[in-house]
Amino acid sequence: MIPESEYILEMEGISKEFPGVKALNCVDFRVKKGTVHALIGENGAGKSTLMKILNGIYTPDSGIIKFKGKEIKLRSPYDAIKNGISMIHQELSPIPNMTVAENIFLGREPLIGRVPIVNDKEMINKTRELMRSLEINIDPCALMRDLSIANMQMVEIAKAISYNSELIIMDEPTSAISEKEVSHLFKIIKNLKEKGVSIIYISHRLDEIFKIADEVTVLRDGEYIGTESIEKITREKLIEMMVGREIKQMFPKEEAPIGEVILEVRNLTKRGVFYDINFKVRRGEILGIAGLMGAGRTEVVESIFGLSSYDAGEIYIKGKKVKIKSPIDAIKNKIALITEDRKSGLFLPLSVRDNIIMASIDSYIKGPFIDGVKVDEFCNKQIEQLKIKTPGLMQIVKYLSGGNQQKVLIARWLLTYPEILILDEPTRGIDVGAKAEIHRLITKMAKEGKAIIMISSELPEILGMSDRILVMHEGRITGELYRKDANQENIMRYAMGITS
Amino acid sequence: MMEKDVLSETQKGVKSRVKLASNIQRYGMVLVFFLMVTIITILSPRFLDPRNLLNVVRQISIISIVGFGVTMVIITTGIDLSSGSVIALVSVVTASLAHPNQYPLIIPILVGLLVGGITGLINGTLIAIGKLPAFIATLGMMITARGLALIYSDGRPITNFSESFNFLGQGYLFGVPFPIYVLALTALISHIILKHTKFGKYVYAIGGNEQAAIISGIDVVKYKILVYTYAGIMTAIAGILLTSRLSAGQPTAGVGYELDAIAAAVIGGTSLNGGIGTIPGTILGALIMGTLNNGLDLLHVSAYWQQVVKGFIIVGAVLMDKQRRI
Ligand SMILES: Nc1ncnc2c1ncn2[C@@H]1O[C@H](COP(=O)(O)OP(=O)(O)OP(=O)(O)O)[C@@H](O)[C@H]1O
Ligand SMILES: [Mg+2]
Repeated sequence: MIPESEYILEMEGISKEFPGVKALNCVDFRVKKGTVHALIGENGAGKSTLMKILNGIYTPDSGIIKFKGKEIKLRSPYDAIKNGISMIHQELSPIPNMTVAENIFLGREPLIGRVPIVNDKEMINKTRELMRSLEINIDPCALMRDLSIANMQMVEIAKAISYNSELIIMDEPTSAISEKEVSHLFKIIKNLKEKGVSIIYISHRLDEIFKIADEVTVLRDGEYIGTESIEKITREKLIEMMVGREIKQMFPKEEAPIGEVILEVRNLTKRGVFYDINFKVRRGEILGIAGLMGAGRTEVVESIFGLSSYDAGEIYIKGKKVKIKSPIDAIKNKIALITEDRKSGLFLPLSVRDNIIMASIDSYIKGPFIDGVKVDEFCNKQIEQLKIKTPGLMQIVKYLSGGNQQKVLIARWLLTYPEILILDEPTRGIDVGAKAEIHRLITKMAKEGKAIIMISSELPEILGMSDRILVMHEGRITGELYRKDANQENIMRYAMGITS
Repeated sequence: MMEKDVLSETQKGVKSRVKLASNIQRYGMVLVFFLMVTIITILSPRFLDPRNLLNVVRQISIISIVGFGVTMVIITTGIDLSSGSVIALVSVVTASLAHPNQYPLIIPILVGLLVGGITGLINGTLIAIGKLPAFIATLGMMITARGLALIYSDGRPITNFSESFNFLGQGYLFGVPFPIYVLALTALISHIILKHTKFGKYVYAIGGNEQAAIISGIDVVKYKILVYTYAGIMTAIAGILLTSRLSAGQPTAGVGYELDAIAAAVIGGTSLNGGIGTIPGTILGALIMGTLNNGLDLLHVSAYWQQVVKGFIIVGAVLMDKQRRI
């Protein structure tokens, strides 16, 4: 007999079915009080669905939830919060035109006395207090839309903590932030744990799991696989539990013959954002760009792709100077950009098929019409190649799991057959199996003679995949390292701006 | 063991329920429509008389044709409030060119389409290049076009048309009113455009996520202008049919048609948030409204009460539909 008090949460026999998808099949999940419990599994395994049930967003088809030993029914996130459960969602949902403080206190704004007028001052002070206690450096009065994605994520984290919940669910909180913020978050988690708060932590980064979790539960295809104590399990065993097979090689890097320069950037400058960016990329080369969040990496590639403008500098493609004023020009020059923020790239209400073909429609045109047979053929090939988990081509992309959405985005760009492929955090939120798959694909593209620029905040990925690494700090390139000379330490030094 | 069996039983139950739910979701409005037809038929069997049925379809043809353009506009997250006034402007211009022995039939038709197309082009340009909210741009067009129609006709109806022009709205071909052929043709063309051409895909893309459309290399400005132009041309077709049907170019024609067209689209499942909508859905929406009008007439409900009932049923139907979607 386990004493009742050991578990804060017991979910038993939870099943949930969506039209055409069995997301969860009789899953058990128990969390001990005051522990950090990792929940892992491949993309589409059902992690977010299980957590949304726990947060009252979905009602399970069957199964019970016991919280602190008592059975509870959750009908809405409001119910969950009242019971002491709060959640950081995988998909950020900030209200862009409101301030940080307004976002945090949404739905529970402090009022002036009894009149329904919001006490702005108190709200701002409370937010400032909250941020100070968490050592997060964000102005409560800043507009949400002006924050970087990393800072938005920090606001979400602060918001979830501000409910003083006993159980906090974190669904991939680190997928949008860099090493610095991750270690900050871990410090926050440790403090919470000391106060007796329990945490459910979802991540595809196994390093993090081993660093922070006490126990880990694995789901696969909606089934419960097992729960293990973190001290008693190895990385390999965990991966095997997740994917049901062994994964031999994490970074399937193969040296490709490096050819002539395809893309050259000279003195690219956008005042206040980045300065004097100079680099070349050659055929067959993978150029990694490392740096902390806010170093200006995304802004540089967005300028190259014509998504935003720059003040000075030139771009050369195959030795010819080009003017790229919009993504249309970029695509004409055979550049593809897979953006870092999944949501800004996807057509959420449209089907998987339409999402995949949207950047390459011209290649399926027959007379005035789109050749449906050809489209299906191309899409099915991509779905197979990238192992996209979807009940069919016509599934609405909104209903895919986060990682599979990312793969849909990659598929879209592969179909434009780019010569220069820019990937901004290409494996964010992608499971180990699929990650290896995408890495293999990047390697293959390089071998086919494409030039690849890969931004990543994950150092093992940068080190494992790149032939050459640029490091940026506060809008400038502070270091350039060849594969053989690069290691975590020298990259981090450059990234922090320590040049000596 | 016992427990397992019980569980799989409930799981089966869940499965069939899920399936039913997804079917209802897809065909919810079809059910609403048949429910309405059944009730009206029981109360007034005359409804099913073929002549009455053709009449219903003829009556909805004008709103439906306007609705096809409006559907595309709404899919891009836009709106078009100018349709009713553009109908009036097209009506008076066309009428003035359709007198007997004046021009060949093609001239009033082409000029009418041109007028509609230009209004749409202006709407689209203001929205896509001028970055005006669609609501404001088309509201401006709504007021301006009505004014122009009044100026052009001096506020009076323009009558006396050639035989062939009268045929467009009043004639029969093989026992079926001519406007129904136009309805079928415009529906088919619009549906094919939306589902099977690049233009159609881009319409959904722009409404699904404009930023993503830009990143994907779609010329959002161009396609937005095209959508509003297409809507203007559809409105012009409706305007020409109406003019012929009324035997008059009316500067006061088409008041409120824009809202009926929007209602048809939304009842038919087009989402005001963009990215979702179909032509068959819009026809269904128009059919629901047309059947309602006809049924209330047959049942001799007073014109005042008809309005109230219509309002309730439109909101109720969409509410039911939404409820099911959650
Ligand atoms: N609202 C929905 N409608 C239909 N299917 C859904 C819905 N939400 C999730 N699914 C499906 O349920 C399955 C589980 O999805 P879930 O989001 O829980 O996965 P996940 O484990 O969180 O994956 P990831 O690591 O990619 O975030 C997936 O196959 C997904 O496509
Ligand atoms: Mg998830």
